[in-house]
Amino acid sequence: MLVGKMEPAAFERARAHVTDAVAPILDAVSRPLDVLQDTIGEGKTLLALREENTRLREERDRLLQWQTIARKLETENIALRELLQFVPASDASSISARVIGDAGGAFARTMILNAGSREGVRKGQAVINGSGLIGRIQEVGRRSSRLLLLADLNSRIPVVIELSRARGVVAGTNGDTLSLVHLPPDVLTEPGDRIVTSGHGGALPPGIPVGVVATVSDNVISVVPFVDPSRLELVRVLDYGLDGIIDFNDIRSGSLN
Amino acid sequence: MKPSLWHRLDKLARDLTPFALTFALLIFNAIPFHLPGFAQVIPLLPMIGIYFWCVYRPDLMPSVAVFAIGLLHDFLSGLPLGVSTLVFLLVQGAALAQRNFFSGKSFVIVWIGFMIVAGGALGLEWLLLSLVSGQLIEARSAFYQYGLTAALFPILAWLFLRWRAMFLQVD
Repeated sequence: MLVGKMEPAAFERARAHVTDAVAPILDAVSRPLDVLQDTIGEGKTLLALREENTRLREERDRLLQWQTIARKLETENIALRELLQFVPASDASSISARVIGDAGGAFARTMILNAGSREGVRKGQAVINGSGLIGRIQEVGRRSSRLLLLADLNSRIPVVIELSRARGVVAGTNGDTLSLVHLPPDVLTEPGDRIVTSGHGGALPPGIPVGVVATVSDNVISVVPFVDPSRLELVRVLDYGLDGIIDFNDIRSGSLN
Repeated sequence: MKPSLWHRLDKLARDLTPFALTFALLIFNAIPFHLPGFAQVIPLLPMIGIYFWCVYRPDLMPSVAVFAIGLLHDFLSGLPLGVSTLVFLLVQGAALAQRNFFSGKSFVIVWIGFMIVAGGALGLEWLLLSLVSGQLIEARSAFYQYGLTAALFPILAWLFLRWRAMFLQVD
């Protein structure tokens, strides 16, 4: 424990190597399980097909309305940007990875992905799926990497409240909800406010959905994340083109400019 | 008569199985099951392995092996280095200290012993991690994890006992 505190870089490398070594085993063992899960899921879907259909039709109608609104906003946005000569944020490309390890236990919330530096994964990158942010990359090995989930105690994500644009930090609590901290004192939040990444710090693209404010009490604002990590099989690692968060090695070797 | 090379190799292979089985439990612990919330409450299988073998065949589960399993568990689960290592070594210590008491007693006593040891171990892990992180960690999932681990002990122990009877007879 003490060594880990004193020599975080060496410890991190060792951990990445061990994870790398075990990754092929985990990959091989988790595949049949995934197939089994998929088959069961398939059966369930077939049973619920009719209901699903009705629901999807309703949803499509609702989304079509949103599409109209979005189109209108998009044109308006383009026009306004031209007026202001706005510099848009760079586009992110992504790397798809499979979840091959889910080893956290009761006190740590991490996952192991089967993509590493070989595939272009780097420390600090955001990991998302269709619904929103899952976490960020904590350690990178050659063919595997460790994903620090939002719920982990060590997770801190710079965010803004989508409508009021107030900045804060979403911190993991090791529980089901996250807590929103470091908000400016005069900001009012209420349940239902959407929280998205702010892009501050440069490692995460702005605007990735994180969660929704669930309860607000005197000193605790709890946020329910959009993504439930327990069912994840495939995730996307966002390569935002920036170098990710600051690396211990850079500080040590003085190569940080 | 000096045992032949094959005989010795065979014995070595058999003697390594407690460690190998515990290692397999460790890997099994890390597989994603995609069940909601299961990853947080997944029973601490390696602890069962360590406790069982320390009670029934302590010669085959030396401290080095326990240390290695603890270290690997820390690496794989993303815990601060040394937490599981320390906790598992203390589990071993507790099992060895109570071993004489367990000998000849019924299985239920061994099981109760495990529940006490595992409770202490998870409590200690919680305390250590709270100290490292500087805040009180939410421990709800640890209680579920404890319950599942305690409940799984007899099943795994039964399998291990069968294994011991088949492959690890003292000759």
